Amino acid sequence: MTVISVEKDTDALTLTFAAEFAADVNRVWQVWEDPRQLERWWGPPTWPATFTRHELSVGSRSSYYMTGPDGTKAHGWWLVTAVDAPTLLEFDDGFADENGEPDDSIEAVTMTVTLESIDGETRMTTLTRFASIEQLEKMVEMGMEEGMTLAMGQIDEVLAA
Amino acid sequence: MVVYELTDSEIDRIFQALADATRRDIVSRVLTAGHSVTALAEHYDMSFAAVQKHVQVLERALLVTKERHGREQLVNSRIDTIGRAATLLQAYEQIWAQRALRIDDILAEDTLKEQS
Repeated sequence: MTVISVEKDTDALTLTFAAEFAADVNRVWQVWEDPRQLERWWGPPTWPATFTRHELSVGSRSSYYMTGPDGTKAHGWWLVTAVDAPTLLEFDDGFADENGEPDDSIEAVTMTVTLESIDGETRMTTLTRFASIEQLEKMVEMGMEEGMTLAMGQIDEVLAA
Repeated sequence: MVVYELTDSEIDRIFQALADATRRDIVSRVLTAGHSVTALAEHYDMSFAAVQKHVQVLERALLVTKERHGREQLVNSRIDTIGRAATLLQAYEQIWAQRALRIDDILAEDTLKEQS
């Protein structure tokens, strides 16, 4: 796996992450389509994800939760807004309450995933659009391994200042 | 975005402050919400005074602020001074970098299966 590019827009609050994998497009699509594979990588090892409902078709809602080290569950949902298998997937990724019911007090994050074949490898580009700093903060809180990586990011920021 | 010019000695203090695992952990805990020193101390196998000292080092490095809230001292991140959005996006980038590594592990299993 090679990280090809990362673009961050601090005004628009977007992140574009592109990486290439040594597998064909159909195989990489499976890690998104198959909930058992998806839950092996969506959450960090300290907050593994469990998808209780998942289907990649327009209008379909996925439900998932992430379980923290102390057993705390953070619930979320996806609403699939566009699919063109195996190259395009768009969905809203939102927060839910402890019963899995969508929490409307905080907006959903918009995700666009594109897969393209390049020299037999697959380039996967994910574009995340955040609506607010609060939402970005909550997403980081849910997806982040504790400790080191965050501090490393801060060092980069200090150097950039 | 507000950009601060940091002096060399300020940068040295920041690096020294973040060279310690406990202090890095404190910084990541207070990044999203303020914590009292008492609440922070519960996470570590060390005395309240020792945690207090770590917080002081972070304070001198301008990474956190400490203010009195009734009987408690509340520790807050000062990361907004060096670009809150940039820092959070940096953290979010790490989330994707780690996800990509985990996807790679899953894909690598196919190759192993083919070989066996």
